Amino acid sequence: MGGSPDISKKQLDHPLDDLIRTDRLPHIWCAGCGIGTVFSSCLTAIKASELELNNISMVSGIGCSGRAAGYVKLDSFHTTHGRAIPFATGLKLGNPDLNVIVFSGDGDLFAIGGNHMIHAARRNMDITVICVNNLNYGMTGGQVAATTPHMAKSTTTPSGNPEDPFNLPLLAYASGATYVARWTMLHTRELTSSIQEAILKKGFSFIEVLSPCPVNYGRRNKEKALDTLKLYQEKTIIRNGAIPAGLDIDFSKEVVLGKFVDVERDTYIERYEKICRQES
Amino acid sequence: MSKILAITGAGAMSQAMRQINPDVVPAFPITPSTQVVEDFSQFVADGLVDTEFITVESEHSAMSACIGASIAGGRVMTATSSAGMALMWEMLYVASSMRQPVVLTLINRAMSAPINIHADHSDSMGARDAGWIQLYSESNQEAYDNLIMAPRIAEASDVRLPIMICLDGFIISHCVQTMQMEDDDKVREFIGEFKPAYSLLDTENPVSWGALDLQDYYIEHKRAQHMAMQNAKESIKLVSEEFYQCFGRKYELFESYCLDDAERVIIAINSIAGEIKEVVDDLRNKGEKVGLLKIRSFRPFPYEEIAESLKSAKIVTVLDRSESMGAYGPLFTEIRTALFDVPDRPMVYNRMFGLGGRELFMSDIQNIFEESNRYLENGKVEKVFDYLNVRGG
Ligand code: SF4
Repeated sequence: MGGSPDISKKQLDHPLDDLIRTDRLPHIWCAGCGIGTVFSSCLTAIKASELELNNISMVSGIGCSGRAAGYVKLDSFHTTHGRAIPFATGLKLGNPDLNVIVFSGDGDLFAIGGNHMIHAARRNMDITVICVNNLNYGMTGGQVAATTPHMAKSTTTPSGNPEDPFNLPLLAYASGATYVARWTMLHTRELTSSIQEAILKKGFSFIEVLSPCPVNYGRRNKEKALDTLKLYQEKTIIRNGAIPAGLDIDFSKEVVLGKFVDVERDTYIERYEKICRQES
Repeated sequence: MSKILAITGAGAMSQAMRQINPDVVPAFPITPSTQVVEDFSQFVADGLVDTEFITVESEHSAMSACIGASIAGGRVMTATSSAGMALMWEMLYVASSMRQPVVLTLINRAMSAPINIHADHSDSMGARDAGWIQLYSESNQEAYDNLIMAPRIAEASDVRLPIMICLDGFIISHCVQTMQMEDDDKVREFIGEFKPAYSLLDTENPVSWGALDLQDYYIEHKRAQHMAMQNAKESIKLVSEEFYQCFGRKYELFESYCLDDAERVIIAINSIAGEIKEVVDDLRNKGEKVGLLKIRSFRPFPYEEIAESLKSAKIVTVLDRSESMGAYGPLFTEIRTALFDVPDRPMVYNRMFGLGGRELFMSDIQNIFEESNRYLENGKVEKVFDYLNVRGG
């Protein structure tokens, strides 16, 4: 027959529907927000990893990214502000067979919860941490964060941020993470396979994902959602194995993406079994 | 010039902070108190205040920075809610035990879990034993006025305790009401200079803070805090009286609304008092002897004064907006204690309402008065404790 499509036909299911609590939709993320893309990448990576879904759990803290744990149809845990990693640590220790993914934001993981991040990396807890970095506290309305660029505007730094932000991959590397990468949400393919790699890798894996917050960060820094994506396209360069000390984010020059660290080291649980559980 | 403003509760608090012009404000955002420090950061950027504004990385750090700045001799303020206050917990005790008159705006919000951002008093009631003066506010105006009075009350030389000014999240913090904002100079004159007792910056007279204090002196220090809190009652009265002389709005330790000859009384805290007053007015027009006692000062708690003002009451309903599972509500516990020594004491019972922001409507308040009337006629309280507006209740 041909002609116009049959609109009475039931809409096809989304390929990720089986991993989403569709009853929780619509989600709260704003139009133009990048979190949804990172979330999809993560779910796609989970599928591609072919891991037993019953053995995966997702943990998030508080903030816009933190909502992910409420949308995923896996065992999930929406915790308190900054504490996603200690909750995840507890999950992993309680059931070492679990594959534990922390999905949270920069504010949650590196400001109020920064302490937990460095210690989990130091111990080499076998978990994967995906940090959606939108350069500010989005959920509470765009306040300055530990990742906000120097001189950027936020609702609590109207005349520009006087402080310097963290270089997250450097911090993760220095703390002992065995897998460290950075992507933007525009680099969906690289991001997805990187997440898959991180999930399958033993040890503490950390992935920073740059993601636009047009509603709060963008608006105050004269960056429309599309402008941010253009920056992601034009100002980034993929340099696998780059030295973490040179990974400061400066979109006026270039921002380096890639996989920077991929090494092997005993995990916390392995060491614990060897040293503390060994029969004397 | 003083002026009438239409402003949110959070906005009113930031205006009061601008007028107070504190030396240091450490800030960390949390819903629904964020607007307070956000507005204030704009005042800093616009040069309207001389404050050092620090955007710290958590509420624990915010209160720690408050204490440090206060010990260094500064007048210090911040704002928070719910989980933010919980994260400050350790430092709340340090602030009061080190006798630092830190001023905190607490926008009341339910404690997690499950996550809820709406008004109840579980945050401040949980902190009731932390040694902070607690004043509660029904409206934007009251919250603003309380905050203007707060530094004076807290800094009195026989008090020197931190103070939190509490108001309901969203219901007050985010709703626009009209309010009289007083003249900047007049407010600054009213508040005056802060004279720290033992400043770290006073290098002529060096002091140490926070040294170990075991069985030898700890209990004396606690008793000293207890006495300071007793003195705070006088300080609240004095400063409120002076505020009345200056600005014409009168505040007591609690508000008595149609209480003189009231037989049936509701006792409540914060914004719900507005609805109760409406219902009291309606019923008074019909000749019913009903009244409201609205708590302003919860710490220190005015036991004798409340007992005195409930002399004509025959039955008292205490409304709590904060759970203490396995016990009665925190306000009820205090009120019953206050009434214990009263000869011919009224019947008294407890109703839990509004947790996590659940509405209580005027019709519900009418039902309370009807129920208390029934109890009074039967001479017996059937249920000492119950929930209002709850499923399966
Ligand atoms: S506030 Fe920002 S980060 Fe949060 S959902 Fe909106 S765009 Fe995304």
